Amino acid sequence: SLRRNVAGTYRSYYGERIATIGTPPDKNSDQYKENYVRMKELVAELKSNVATVTQGGGEKSIQRHVSQGKMLVRDRINNLLDPGSPFLELSQLAGYDLYGEEEVPAGGIITGIGRVSGVDCMIVANDATVKAGTYYPITIKKHLRAQDIARENNLTCVYLVDSGGANLPRQDEVFPDRDNFGRIFYNQAIMSSMGIPQIAVVMGSCTAGGAYVPAMADQSIIVKEQGTIFLAGPPLVRAATGEVVSPEELGGADLHCRTSGVTDHFAEDDSHALYLARRTVANLNRKKTTNIPIQEPRDPVYSVDELYGIVQSDFSKVYDIREVIARVVDGSVFDEFKTLYGDTLITGFAHIHGYPVGILGNNGVLYSSCALKAAHFIQLCCKRKIPLIFLQNITGFMVGRDAEAGGIAKNGAKMVNAVACANVPKITVIVGGSFGAGNYGMCGRAYGPRFLYMWPNARISVMGGKQAALVLAQVQKAQKQRMGQEFTAEEEEALMKPILEKYEQEGSPYYSSARLWDDGVIDPADTRTILALSLSAALNAPVQNTDFGVFRM
Amino acid sequence: SCRQLSDVATMPISKVLIANRGEIACRVIRSARKLGIKTVAVYSDADKHSMHVAMADEAYHIGPAASQLSYLNKQKILQVAKSSGAQAIHPGYGFLSENTEFADLCDKEGVIFVGPPSSAIRDMGIKSTSKSIMSAAGVPIIEGYHGTDQSDDRLRAESEKIGYPVMLKAVRGGGGKGMRIVMTAADFDEALESARREALKSFDDDVMLVEKFVDTPRHVEVQVFGDRHGNYVYLFERDCSVQRRHQKIIEEAPAPGLSEEVRRSIGEAAVRAARAVNYVGAGTVEFIMDSQQNFYFMEMNTRLQVEHPVTEMVTNTDLVEWQLKVAGGDPLPVTQSDLRLHGHAFEARIYAEDPDNNFLPGAGPLVHLSPPSGDQTIRIETGVRQGDEVTTFYDPMIAKLVVWSADRTSALEKLRHALREYHIVGLKTNIRFLDDLAKHPEFIKANVHTGFIPLYEDQLFSRKGPLNRQTLCQAATALVLFEQYKGQKEAVDSGDPFSPFSMGSGARVNENFIRRVAFTDKDDNIDVTVRYQSDGSYVVQIGDESFDVQATLTQIEDNTAQLVSTINGIKADTKVVMHEGAVHIFAEVGGVEVTRPVPEFLGDSSSGTMGDRAPMQGDITHIYVDPGAAIEKGDPLLALESMKMEYVIRAPKKGIIERVLVAKGDNVQKNAPLVVYQEQK
Repeated sequence: SLRRNVAGTYRSYYGERIATIGTPPDKNSDQYKENYVRMKELVAELKSNVATVTQGGGEKSIQRHVSQGKMLVRDRINNLLDPGSPFLELSQLAGYDLYGEEEVPAGGIITGIGRVSGVDCMIVANDATVKAGTYYPITIKKHLRAQDIARENNLTCVYLVDSGGANLPRQDEVFPDRDNFGRIFYNQAIMSSMGIPQIAVVMGSCTAGGAYVPAMADQSIIVKEQGTIFLAGPPLVRAATGEVVSPEELGGADLHCRTSGVTDHFAEDDSHALYLARRTVANLNRKKTTNIPIQEPRDPVYSVDELYGIVQSDFSKVYDIREVIARVVDGSVFDEFKTLYGDTLITGFAHIHGYPVGILGNNGVLYSSCALKAAHFIQLCCKRKIPLIFLQNITGFMVGRDAEAGGIAKNGAKMVNAVACANVPKITVIVGGSFGAGNYGMCGRAYGPRFLYMWPNARISVMGGKQAALVLAQVQKAQKQRMGQEFTAEEEEALMKPILEKYEQEGSPYYSSARLWDDGVIDPADTRTILALSLSAALNAPVQNTDFGVFRM
Repeated sequence: SCRQLSDVATMPISKVLIANRGEIACRVIRSARKLGIKTVAVYSDADKHSMHVAMADEAYHIGPAASQLSYLNKQKILQVAKSSGAQAIHPGYGFLSENTEFADLCDKEGVIFVGPPSSAIRDMGIKSTSKSIMSAAGVPIIEGYHGTDQSDDRLRAESEKIGYPVMLKAVRGGGGKGMRIVMTAADFDEALESARREALKSFDDDVMLVEKFVDTPRHVEVQVFGDRHGNYVYLFERDCSVQRRHQKIIEEAPAPGLSEEVRRSIGEAAVRAARAVNYVGAGTVEFIMDSQQNFYFMEMNTRLQVEHPVTEMVTNTDLVEWQLKVAGGDPLPVTQSDLRLHGHAFEARIYAEDPDNNFLPGAGPLVHLSPPSGDQTIRIETGVRQGDEVTTFYDPMIAKLVVWSADRTSALEKLRHALREYHIVGLKTNIRFLDDLAKHPEFIKANVHTGFIPLYEDQLFSRKGPLNRQTLCQAATALVLFEQYKGQKEAVDSGDPFSPFSMGSGARVNENFIRRVAFTDKDDNIDVTVRYQSDGSYVVQIGDESFDVQATLTQIEDNTAQLVSTINGIKADTKVVMHEGAVHIFAEVGGVEVTRPVPEFLGDSSSGTMGDRAPMQGDITHIYVDPGAAIEKGDPLLALESMKMEYVIRAPKKGIIERVLVAKGDNVQKNAPLVVYQEQK
């Protein structure tokens, strides 16, 4: 019997094998094919919209820009980056369809993260072909968002400045408030104080407030006969003092490099300026160190392309989020946590491009058990300094008497508390619906994810359009009934229709991205790459300890 | 003829000093080692780290780089021989190899000079003497009449005596004026009259000389060998007709197309020549041969020739071994009847020079050097290794590529194959030109003669057109992949070793990265765009042509790798080397250098524009400009002498001279700044 006991403890041989998740999809099923075609269309539409946006301000202004010997903004970025460096561009669709007739492609400013002389940098570059690079409200929002990302993730900032300053007709929306123009320079000062280098390259005008970007920078470069810096341009100077002066005399490279000392480096042209910027970054004496172990990356077992067919185009149809995870994580290896408990929320550990992550993904509505499981899992990740990935496809927390009696409010609060306080890098991808408090629990914009992306099929609103319309119809009906009036089917439809339309329009990822509710709409097939780049960028800042608030028990 | 057994007591040599450098020093060391003979190398300042120094058992410093003060320093070399205990000195070729004074000095000091007695060197060194000795020994020579009797009859009689065809030449003549080739006696009178008339008109002088005319002359030379016991053999002949600037670049053995009878008679004539001067050791008797295979003595080289390996290959001998044995008093190891020709051998001399620029000799580091792998039938005779420098102090030969095969056709194929495998980066070489020679239809047909290169000039300098797009495509791909590799390698040392930012993927959000790569082809800029596809492949666009490229680098070593690519469905495995911003692609023989423009703001670095910098090391011989001078593009700035040739350095741009940084007589290094000037647009 002793023998048997020993034999019973023998560990079965499994070598280095680790279980993977995911299943090969049935590519011939109608559902798969339908999903695939639908997603393909959405991605094609996305790419075509982005292709238009990346053209900038139109042929005429491009022609004018280039004829001055200036590089286009995307060429500037490509020449600044290390050759072949990825560029994690943010909020490409900012300003999309936002100002009616006035088109402001990409919000008139390009922001993103790339590698310069081996250093991960946040690049903020005005597109002077778009409204002379002036700051619309969305331009400011995008600039500030880039600075927030830089500050949170300890990313060196390189500003490629070519801007006419604040958009004067919209001064009320760009000047006075906290998160308006002034915040840009506040951020520069604060980041500089934190030891996050601020480098400005003046490649065009820096007028009025814009003058402070190079002036507030740690080090600045200016291009001969292109760059100008002044608090007031020649017309304003003439109006104020009667002095007649050319832009170059007033604030050109010669003046600022030889006389005023506002700029430090004199560049012959754009390409020289970018070279000097690269040299400046090379001399920052910065080395990226991470305080978490990193593995050698492995590709997922399953093709990312299959996501197109797996993801349901209709939110009412549930699909297994594990199939998405299987196509995002290294080797499709996902060690699930609490598989059998609160099983409409999937939690578990994995690696993305070698970086450890804890993943939370929705497989349906959130119950109390899911919220408790989430709070527990987030605590684990925070203690272990593991970044969190949220894959949002959520209609909301469970409603109804049972749910309320079960304390869904306080349990949901635990989850929200944990999400809010979690001090590890958090990255959210909205892969489907993002409705109601589910958005909060799954780390929506308000919960400070380092990055938040949307798939082109995603929808975001306080609740579904149909639900909202029905609620409003119910309220109306009750009101009428109280007044003894009838509420006809026609009346009900007339009430619901505009609401449905409004929700349809405002729930669109384009509507969201145009307003910077997210950091970009992405092709599902790029999810792994973009998460990897985002994680790598986030790890420029050491992962911090977390202190949670009071959990209502 | 008791001179052969000279005063130097013959004794087996146990230690030999090699009074030479480079490949021949290495060559001698190898054979000496085979015989158990210890070797002593000598070296100048420039050769401190040279291959021959590393190979020898002992090495002694003998002076500064200039050969006058080192490899030609007789006293110093003899002193080293004595102090190192070497019984013999092997002079190699060049330097002291045909220096009678040195041979005498060796004799006097009791050191064996591995070579002929000084009397033979002396006799053969004077053209008129050698000719009369040869004539007396029954060796055919080029006859001529340079007399003062200018009567028609006398000139006609001399022509008869020389034998038609003859050449009538105005003594004051030049450029073909006053010159007539007379094929038969019947043409003589008319030719003489018209030659005189033309000469009178051109030079106001009609004095004529008559010489044997040799049509389509070939340079055929016979390898001979003598010992101290009066034995002689010939080891058949070599053809070295194809020459540039009177220098051999490609040699073969045996001479193609020779009848057995001619082969024997030219060999025997060569032995008679050697015997006539009591020759000892290895020597070469050079003949000029006409289209009828008539041959005439030209001169005798009293040393081991550069091209001796082709003879070794077709006779299965080691001539250096023979030299050392004979010098030690041994009789020749074989007799004439033992010697048989078998197969065919070629030697191609690989030089650091620019065939597209009048064979301008080059100097510089051999940044990358990978020869074909040698075996019994492919010999690489070289004195340099990767990382070594070719200096302007000595001959710019990098290596001799020697191949053997059963017949001429297959040997030529082997030569071309080996040339293709010869990869050199760092300086310009003639490898491509050698291949152009080797593949020329007339060369393949063995229709060689001394006028070969000038005759086919148009076909031989083939790389005149623009770079082909396939090559540009490979260059762009290699560049992208090397950068990728470097980024990944640097990431390994960072705290984020697998960072997706360092993978060189060019990833972009919702679009593809399109990269512009600028190349230069002579004076033209070429824009290439590379589109990074999401599957890791590339689309390379050059002009209106687009290439689908899948590629990886393998066997990466520093700046060298194999580019394994599929371009528009065509697979290739190509060596690529990155050097100073340029991409070297070895898809074709000799490789192609694809350069990239240097931005103007970096223009004052050493990779900047030439013209205001020395193209090579040398002495400044003229200065044409003074400070303040206004110059146009192409105006001469200075002249520089290097490798016994003068080069004029011209202004690359219009401008005003600010300063001249060198003085006449200065020795300047390659890339040294020469003038400072303000560019004007």
